[in-house]
Amino acid sequence: MLIKKPEIPSSEITSKDLYLNRRKFLAGAALAGAAAATGIAFRALASPSLTAAANAKIDGIQKSGLSAAEKQTPYKDVTNYNNFYEFSTDKYEPAGAAKDFRTRPWTVTIDGAVKKKQVLDVDSIIKMAAPEERIYRHRCVEGWSIVVPWVGFSLSELIKRAEPLGKARFVEFTTLYDPKQMPGQRVAVLKWPYVEGLRMDEAMHPLALLCFGMYGEVLPNQDGAPLRLVMPWKYGFKSVKSIVRIRFTDDQPMNSWQLSAPNEYGFYSNVNPNVDHPRWSQAKERRLGEFSKRPTLMFNGYDQVASLYSGMDLKKNF
Amino acid sequence: MNRTQITKVLIFLAALVPLGRLAWKAFHDGLGANPIEVITHSTGDWTLILILTTLSITPLRKLTRQYWLIGVRRTIGLFAFFYGVLHFTTYIWLDKFFDWHEIIKDVAKRPFITIGFSAFVLLIPLAITSTAGWIRRMGGKNWQRLHKLIYVTAVLGVIHYIWLVKADKHKPLQYAFVLGVLLLYRVGTWALEMRKKTAPPSARRRPVEATEA
Ligand code: HEM
Repeated sequence: MLIKKPEIPSSEITSKDLYLNRRKFLAGAALAGAAAATGIAFRALASPSLTAAANAKIDGIQKSGLSAAEKQTPYKDVTNYNNFYEFSTDKYEPAGAAKDFRTRPWTVTIDGAVKKKQVLDVDSIIKMAAPEERIYRHRCVEGWSIVVPWVGFSLSELIKRAEPLGKARFVEFTTLYDPKQMPGQRVAVLKWPYVEGLRMDEAMHPLALLCFGMYGEVLPNQDGAPLRLVMPWKYGFKSVKSIVRIRFTDDQPMNSWQLSAPNEYGFYSNVNPNVDHPRWSQAKERRLGEFSKRPTLMFNGYDQVASLYSGMDLKKNF
Repeated sequence: MNRTQITKVLIFLAALVPLGRLAWKAFHDGLGANPIEVITHSTGDWTLILILTTLSITPLRKLTRQYWLIGVRRTIGLFAFFYGVLHFTTYIWLDKFFDWHEIIKDVAKRPFITIGFSAFVLLIPLAITSTAGWIRRMGGKNWQRLHKLIYVTAVLGVIHYIWLVKADKHKPLQYAFVLGVLLLYRVGTWALEMRKKTAPPSARRRPVEATEA
């Protein structure tokens, strides 16, 4: 439906099971109708999800007081509309292009200004702390937003264990570079690999989430598996995906979007309705599934981070 | 019906396919997570595609010697305008919800909107004067001069697209390439024309196209 009313009680939202059932049904219809599609439809029937490996339930998820009490965006939107340029610049394509992406074995290198330089297996990172469900608003720099029940724990849990040195004022994150698996990297749309950076106090803030799941399940590939960041008060591109390296440093790292257009994307990239992108307004956003736009909130509504930036000119430090 | 009329009907039907597809998908939950973005992009794409199609009629008819093709150019041009209206309406309604203050600010402040808006405004006189009556009233020469504006619209339309993409300029550059080829053809024929002008009058080209429309 084109026109969706914003106030749908959550009981009416298509549940994931229903959605998958519908997909099964459609696959069945395709099977009956089109002989040519038989092979594909059969695969869809055999495994209802394209990302079967990613659908494993995560046990022992705890609720979090940091969650937003807002209607969650349907799973199918969050898994079929992705800005993940490593796979494609078309938001509808990563779901398919990341289908066979290998997320195991996977290691994360921790280095730079840190006491415990090490290479960690992603599964050992995931076990560092109890998984929490964090329902966060997520605002894309393009002007759309979603509400996602992420699963993970505070990034600070990992940072504490790594024991950064006193001079480490920033953290840099790097996404996997593997053009064989990530077709988007065969084109120099951005400078690969993708890098992102945070100030240490931002990274240590309880809201900063090290994420490996969503909707109670293992993170789907197109959403940044196996390990990503979620920075709910910053534009989505700061929430770097498929992390292979975490480096502590004393000078402010550049991030990929800043490298690509320094006048449009800054280091901080905090959600801010009063500072427009040079090419479009940031005052409003379209929540996926809603017809009207809603006003964008300062720090995406996460006022508790405001003190991190007190005294800073956020127009200059955009 | 003659060949031109049949082709016109076919073009008419074909040109409605993109809109039909959008409408069908809209009512079958097929426009994905962000339907309004899809509509904006699709109508924008088809405006530009149809503008470039009108510009390719002249080279096509001369290269293939299918001179009757000129008779379908107006239909295509009007459909370009039709998709332009849909595109602009999507912006005014579904993107800005008739917030005129915001719209004026956008047009004044955001280069890609300024350019797109200019491209669209320049299409309006062309659509109005597209009838045989207007050609007669204006006279072929003046009419042709006015309709040269389509080149400006095409260039602005391509710049609009280049300026609005975030990082991946592949698609707008494909349009730029097509436009480049079509403009080069004009430069080439113009250069030939200039050469022939110095030759005896008998070697001159056939006169204006509008009279055949
Ligand atoms: C002849 C005039 C125009 C042409 C040929 C044109 C063409 C296009 C094209 C090709 C796109 C990109 C489609 C895609 O990404 O697939 C686009 C997007 C867009 N156009 Fe236009 N356009 C025109 C006029 C306008 C006008 C008058 C406005 C508003 C005042 C406008 C606003 C937009 C917006 C908001 C987008 C989407 C930007 C985004 O997604 O970031 N356009 N247009």
